[in-house]
Amino acid sequence: MMNWIAIGTLSDIPRRGARCVATPEGKIAVFRTADDQVYAIDDHCPHKGGPLSQGIVHGAAVTCPLHNWVISLETGKALGADEGVVRTIPVRIDGERLFIALEALASRAA
Amino acid sequence: MTEKLVIIGNGMAPGRMLEHLLEKAPDRYQVTIFNAEPRVNYDRIMLSPVLSGEKDYEEIIIHGDGWYIKHGITLYKGHKIVAIDRQAKTVTSDHGVTEPYDKLVIATGSVPFIIPVPGHNLPGVLTYRDLDDVRAMMLAAQSRAKAVVIGGGLLGLEAAAGLNAQGMDVTVLHVMPTLMERQLDPAAGYLLQRAVEERGIKVITKANTQAITGNGKVEQVELADGTVIPATLVVMAVGIRPNAALAKEAGIAVNRGIVVDAGMRSNDPDIFALGECAEVNGMVYGLVAPLYEMARVAASQLAGDEAAAFVHSDTPTKLKVTGIELFSLGDFAEGEDRQEIVLRDAAAGVYKRLVLKDDRIIGTVLYGETADGAWFNDLKKKQTDISEMRDTLIFGQSYQGGAPLDPMAAVAALPDDAEICGCNGVCKGKITGAITAKGLTSLDDVRAHTKASASCGSCTGLVEKLMVLTIGDNYNPAAVQPMCGCTTLGHDEVRRLIKAKSLKTIPAVMQELEWKTSCGCAKCRPALNYYLVCDWPNDYADDYQSRFINERVHANIQKDGTYSVVPRMWGGVTSASELRAIADVVDKFEIPMVKVTGGQRIDMLGIRKEDLPAVWADLGQAGFVSGHAYAKGLRTVKTCVGSDWCRFGTQDSTGLGIRIEKFMWGSWTPAKVKMAVSGCPRNCAEATCKDVGVICVDSGYEIHFAGAAGLDIKGTEVLGLVRTEDEALEHIVALTQMYREQGRYLERIYKWAKRIGIPEIKRQIMDDGEKRKAYYERFVFSQKFAQVDPWSERVSGKDKHEFRPMASVGFAEAAE
Repeated sequence: MMNWIAIGTLSDIPRRGARCVATPEGKIAVFRTADDQVYAIDDHCPHKGGPLSQGIVHGAAVTCPLHNWVISLETGKALGADEGVVRTIPVRIDGERLFIALEALASRAA
Repeated sequence: MTEKLVIIGNGMAPGRMLEHLLEKAPDRYQVTIFNAEPRVNYDRIMLSPVLSGEKDYEEIIIHGDGWYIKHGITLYKGHKIVAIDRQAKTVTSDHGVTEPYDKLVIATGSVPFIIPVPGHNLPGVLTYRDLDDVRAMMLAAQSRAKAVVIGGGLLGLEAAAGLNAQGMDVTVLHVMPTLMERQLDPAAGYLLQRAVEERGIKVITKANTQAITGNGKVEQVELADGTVIPATLVVMAVGIRPNAALAKEAGIAVNRGIVVDAGMRSNDPDIFALGECAEVNGMVYGLVAPLYEMARVAASQLAGDEAAAFVHSDTPTKLKVTGIELFSLGDFAEGEDRQEIVLRDAAAGVYKRLVLKDDRIIGTVLYGETADGAWFNDLKKKQTDISEMRDTLIFGQSYQGGAPLDPMAAVAALPDDAEICGCNGVCKGKITGAITAKGLTSLDDVRAHTKASASCGSCTGLVEKLMVLTIGDNYNPAAVQPMCGCTTLGHDEVRRLIKAKSLKTIPAVMQELEWKTSCGCAKCRPALNYYLVCDWPNDYADDYQSRFINERVHANIQKDGTYSVVPRMWGGVTSASELRAIADVVDKFEIPMVKVTGGQRIDMLGIRKEDLPAVWADLGQAGFVSGHAYAKGLRTVKTCVGSDWCRFGTQDSTGLGIRIEKFMWGSWTPAKVKMAVSGCPRNCAEATCKDVGVICVDSGYEIHFAGAAGLDIKGTEVLGLVRTEDEALEHIVALTQMYREQGRYLERIYKWAKRIGIPEIKRQIMDDGEKRKAYYERFVFSQKFAQVDPWSERVSGKDKHEFRPMASVGFAEAAE
């Protein structure tokens, strides 16, 4: 079961930037690209746990602020020569409003 | 038996619906239309040409009075429907006419969005929606001089161009960084802004309108940053929203618009809605193509075809401003499973971008040359596999058919008199001739001998191809390391061209220098941001999202995602009250680690990002400002106690250190800059391994530079000896400015000096008084814009979104 949770609006996030959503299982980074695509991934670089939400956003990727790994926002996979993957979270945009789907939380609540 | 069909609204959508209906079921309905506007159906898309004076109202009428008579349609002009009685199945107008219906079509369109700023209802504030608005604007244009258009979207720009054509002095205010950001990517937005500005229309982006003020009528517009723009006419064109109030009052389901199914039917089976007021599958529409599609569906349904259904399709956007060619279609977001093909022709002002997925076009942005828009739209619509023509796809339809063009063959096929370098007027024959006659083997040689590609550099690729064609393997490609994968240009070329071509924004650089990606990468964006801040201190507003995190939040990120904070201690001097304030902050925020740094500062480590503004607020109360320990800029000036205390001290080294630091803080540099001033040659401040150091001696001040004590260890070079403190400051500032203007991003002073040569730097700073003075003046000028304490800015609320999570979810459930 997908549990869609409202997290705010598109304009809360700067273009080519990110904001965090706090959850009991750690932070989720929600990104907005230059052309208003929105992606959510765990705020945790597969390399050494760097906060990806703090990185520079370019295209549909983010560069981790700690050691410059480049992570695809679509797949959560490290790009280039690095190997690693971070969890991606489904996002839905309804007009201005943003929702993320949290499976684990829903089952815990039930 | 004829049924009664009543239509509320007489815009383009119901007009088109009637045309279809009269064709399919000419005798089925007796039609009555209520139009709030006192006129017939006209082409609203053509309002812009009416405003600019290119067309008259009569030319844009779709259905004249005769058409309604011929088809036996009753049209109530200037009648606004005020109530729908669904029980009795009647509608009533504001003039008291009540009309029964069997089927009702609501086509009330949309209403312009008005920003509720103070003064929005002053006389002189207009919207841009119908002919009345246009007439009011044309009237205003006759007598009044200055107009402000709020909104840099399609409508706003068309209004601005129209008013401009009517002879008004027009300023466009747009809240986003680039124009038409919904339809265009930043590169095309930049080109558009340039074209609009070339017509004499001023454009202010990131403009946040705060108030419209005036005595009884509009006199000026005030922005949040304090800018005041005089205006006698203000046009609000910030968007539209569906006009669904009437339907809502009648109890019909309304979300953003009137909710209809794919057959355009509302939740009342006898009531249809179409046009801008209708919401189908969660979408509302404003462009004409989908509205006409709705009209077709509604007409079929009314004619009894229950299978007719509305299907969403992307609609191209075009700007109707004469002389500006613009086309945008579909989805042009980036993604890993997508590829883009970008063509930039800086000289011709052309930008084309195709976004592909699985060898199919999914999005297109064309600027400057839109002839192939229809073809690309067709390929997209038909989902054509383009892999066969991929290499030449971007050049358009006329390049297709036959074998794909080999770019090398294309260059070889050029005649000898074909112009290669537009800037210097150099043709192919001259270049190949020089290569053969003079035995040239490198690009720089060709530039030196022919001037080809020596100005803007955009023909470099062509020149290189010519070299390969002429001398084959003997050609040595230039050994310039490109800035990053987004460009073939090196840092120096980019810096030179930023100045030479007066490029003042990141999209401008990317367009004019033909970047290969649409929005750069984490390597080039911070570099470009620095170059632009350095070269255009009073023009360029730094791009926040192109800063590295430390410079965005003014603290240093640590391995666990917490931050460290270093307040400025001028020259490394502190006091009891400062130390007390630091101690209080450490206690209050439970800061786990406090450490003295190598640059004579105090570092507080392990601060949570959310706490940063509060930490700064407390430190600010005690008089601290940011220590810029995170900056590519002046970090610290380390000092010894000098002649005030030390028995060996020759000059006031502490005082000079503080003076340098107070003079130079806040400036951005290619890489970090650390300085030191020692009061005697014993050098307790370790000035001889710094980026810039001063050793005080009896006869004055010995200035050192280009030291390193990090990845590399290197003693400083001596720049020279000066007599007074004032001279020392001037020389150090001039040296720093020279480095600021020439250094490559992330290149420390010692590496820059090695590249430029120590003698050349000495010559410019020590021997050439005029050059030195000029560097000094430029630094002083740029400091006017740079010396703003970022901590106090953040404490007062700037970028506060940066420090808070946007939401917290799931905690309540987890606690159960």
